[in-house]
Amino acid sequence: MSRCTKMVDLGRRHFLRGGAIAAAGVATAAVLPADQARAASGSALLDYPANKLGNLADLKVNEPVDIAYPDADSPGILLKIGQPVEGGVGPDGDIVAYSVLCPHKGWLMSYRAEDKSLNCPGHFSRFDCEAGGQQIWGHATQNVPQFTLSVDDKGDIYAEGASDLIFGRPSNVL
Amino acid sequence: MAYKRQIDRLPIPPKDAKVHNVTCHYCIVGCGYKAYTWPRNKQGTLTDNAFGINLGEQQAADGTWIAPSMYNIVRQDGKDVHLAVVPDHDCVVNSGLGSVRGARMAEARPSYVTGTQQQRLSDPLMWRNGVWQPTSWDDALDLVARVTARVVTQGSEDDLVVSMFDHGGSAGGYENTWATGKLYFESMKVKNCRIHNRPAYNSEVHSTRDMGVDELNYAYKDYELTDTIFMIGANSLETQTNLFLNHMVPGLRNGARFVSVDPRRTVTINAAEEVAGKENVLHLAINEGTDMVLFNALFTHIVDNGWVDKDFIANSTFQGGEAAPLDDGHPAGLGSLDYALDACRTSLADAAETCGVSEADIAKAAEWIAKPKEDGSRRKCVTAYEKGIIWGNDNYRTIGALVNIALATGNIGREGGGVCRLGGHQEGYYRPSDAHVGRPAEYVDQLLIRGGGKIHHIWACDHHKTTLNASQFKRVHKRRADMVKEAMDAAAGGSRDQLVDAIVGAVNGGGLFVVDVDIIHSQIGHNAHVILPACEANEMNLTSMNGERRLRLSEKYMDPYGNSMPDCLIAAGIAQNMERVLREMCNEAYADQFKGYDWQTEEDAFMDGYNKGNPEVTYERLRAMGNNGVQEPVSGYADGKLIGTERLYTDGQFTRHGREDKKALFCAAEWRGWQAAGKAREKENHKYWINNVRANIFWQNQFLDQDIDFIQDRFPYPFIEMNSEDMAEEGIGAGDLIEISNGNGATQGMAYPTDTAKRGHVAMVFGSPAGSQGNVVSPGVNELVLPDYKHTWGNIRKIANATPRVKAVSFKSKEYKSA
Repeated sequence: MSRCTKMVDLGRRHFLRGGAIAAAGVATAAVLPADQARAASGSALLDYPANKLGNLADLKVNEPVDIAYPDADSPGILLKIGQPVEGGVGPDGDIVAYSVLCPHKGWLMSYRAEDKSLNCPGHFSRFDCEAGGQQIWGHATQNVPQFTLSVDDKGDIYAEGASDLIFGRPSNVL
Repeated sequence: MAYKRQIDRLPIPPKDAKVHNVTCHYCIVGCGYKAYTWPRNKQGTLTDNAFGINLGEQQAADGTWIAPSMYNIVRQDGKDVHLAVVPDHDCVVNSGLGSVRGARMAEARPSYVTGTQQQRLSDPLMWRNGVWQPTSWDDALDLVARVTARVVTQGSEDDLVVSMFDHGGSAGGYENTWATGKLYFESMKVKNCRIHNRPAYNSEVHSTRDMGVDELNYAYKDYELTDTIFMIGANSLETQTNLFLNHMVPGLRNGARFVSVDPRRTVTINAAEEVAGKENVLHLAINEGTDMVLFNALFTHIVDNGWVDKDFIANSTFQGGEAAPLDDGHPAGLGSLDYALDACRTSLADAAETCGVSEADIAKAAEWIAKPKEDGSRRKCVTAYEKGIIWGNDNYRTIGALVNIALATGNIGREGGGVCRLGGHQEGYYRPSDAHVGRPAEYVDQLLIRGGGKIHHIWACDHHKTTLNASQFKRVHKRRADMVKEAMDAAAGGSRDQLVDAIVGAVNGGGLFVVDVDIIHSQIGHNAHVILPACEANEMNLTSMNGERRLRLSEKYMDPYGNSMPDCLIAAGIAQNMERVLREMCNEAYADQFKGYDWQTEEDAFMDGYNKGNPEVTYERLRAMGNNGVQEPVSGYADGKLIGTERLYTDGQFTRHGREDKKALFCAAEWRGWQAAGKAREKENHKYWINNVRANIFWQNQFLDQDIDFIQDRFPYPFIEMNSEDMAEEGIGAGDLIEISNGNGATQGMAYPTDTAKRGHVAMVFGSPAGSQGNVVSPGVNELVLPDYKHTWGNIRKIANATPRVKAVSFKSKEYKSA
């Protein structure tokens, strides 16, 4: 962190020096009014929380665990598919997590173990948990948000991001 | 890996964002949306925003949400602005529901900033020096007018072939159908013309009109009031999505039963079962092309059991035997119920044998449609049909046979009734008389294939993807267009007169000069010599009506892309240039016919056309009526509102045929097997029936979806649903590229294993840019030049293993199943 701060300071000093040279001869015209509002600053990317969703030892193949991410109002599932899938983590590359709010109208979807799909009772949309949450058929204009996972040395599984906007929010992190 | 948008937050529209009424321009239903636009450097907050709700809270199901596909940055009055196009909760059509198509309207806009839809045409293009070169409107329209004027004055207007939309939404609407109609039917009398989806200029539903019944006669709310929904050759969950979800589903929840006639099990049938229970859904999976026999058996059974509406028949239908005989323009006689029944009479047993369904199921359908309830009250039934029979076997008689049932049971003009097309596009037809076209109309594709016509003006039609006999059509069209390209190349560097001489020489030698008006460089546009860039709804103001005749003004919220223009103003430009060129040619009388196009805006075109016939209706009044609009016909204006008509024929007076007695006619729909030439033989000689189907994900907008990654990720190739045992027999795996071929040509797609597909049946998605189903459809049509796209048979072979693009594709069943 301290290194970053220095770099910002360094850049700022260079800017002021250059500005002073360029502004020579135009007196004090560039001085800002004292009550000028400061621009808000922020990161380009959302800061997602790294939340523990469970441990490898808790997961059984094709038995989803209810989770919430990035906060308690955003339900999802954590799932061990049983064979490696794209985006899957863990020793078998088969652990995935998805939002279960249908990205069509936000109805709560249920998991159908028979074909490893998420199904929306509202308007009959379906998403494939083995294919990155691809919409198999339905009305949503995106695939179901998939949570980015990592696993630490103890086997704890953390979520730390999402692939798509979660239904019902202008920002995944509210 | 499935396509990830990698978007996790979006700008919030501020409270003072501009709000525009939008009717989705893709399908017939016309869902209401609100478009919010606001300056690039402004935003709302979680608590202070255009929606007036706290966006800092997780919204509940059905709540307001801007999906990434509903957002873009577009140009408005020359400035880049934020755009959000969000389903309108207050619109009675969709009540806040968005479809997978309409909810992508914002994403499907051209944007210089986000890079969406960079395939859109921005400038006129002219074939010059071996490529399409951008040029000015003046230059492009001058060449169009000079060649057109020279050819039609040296020969006749019959040398000009026109393909033009006649619908609402997208490219159509009252403004644009009027302008093109005025150009070709008033200034000129072009008879060699055709519509976007069929090879002639004709109705898709002649028989219902000849029987006196307009094909859009109900209100969507009738589905909520009915006892039975009788759906034929339609898959509404996919192709009229929010009509199904917002009106049919509530009807089923109210206790309505559902009868579906379709050789294929669709997601609509599955959803109906989920909602109503299997015991209230009857799927008559008939043999392909036998619908008429089923309808005739239902009609016979209903009449024989006395389940008819005697008063309605006595008061509203013709009584004296034959009213209109069978002749060249009328493929069946029309008259009284008794007259028709003589020709239609079919036993349940005979129908069961021909249709391949049980007698008991046909009898059950008849009961669900017509048998009075236990208390003796009449049963209400709404009948809805679409391409399964419109593009089916013996269009005229089959649709007539269906309308017979609705007439016999008095289910027209009443709550919970109606016998209606479900529709594809919205409607928006307002044109001068087309009587000079004649009936039967010219089969324009065959005219072009025979070498007829010298100029082809094309308005938002891409026959390469959507016509029948497309393999041959494409070959001939290209060959003839190339003759003109070569002549133009040879004339490079010469004067305009020398260029026109070269083109006219080429078309007199068998070539075809092609002018294509479109929003993208379409496939048929690759044969064009002049390409004129048009714009879509919301890049202009556009009026259309939906499947319950609901008229709305969909408002302009952004500039047309680049130098593109509304079709109506392009038509005006052609007319003005025709007038100028004809005066130069000293043909003053003909030049005078092209006066009257001094329009500055699309509203001017609306006032010149639709408003003249409907003086109550103006843009200002429609704007005030918002997304609920008014149901046509409009009968007046009072208390600041346009007064509409909820459903037609409530007075029992039938007018669509123009008969003075205002009596509806029954159709003598006598079965004659496969009607179109060559169908029976084709079936005999090929292994698979190639059904031609739609998919909700890109129904009505595949031309835009070819440039949208979310869609291309799901279906990189057109899907061909196929039974797994058939696939195994042919050595085909999921996702393999396969070829369908027959004597008409060949096409290709991606095998999609489908457990509900019958052996020997495959279902290929229609209209794909990556594989045209029309390539294998024979040129066979009915007497009135209605194509039978649905009945094609072919053989199938594997041409390649699933490609790397297919690795991410799910091949699971499309049917929702509760867990």
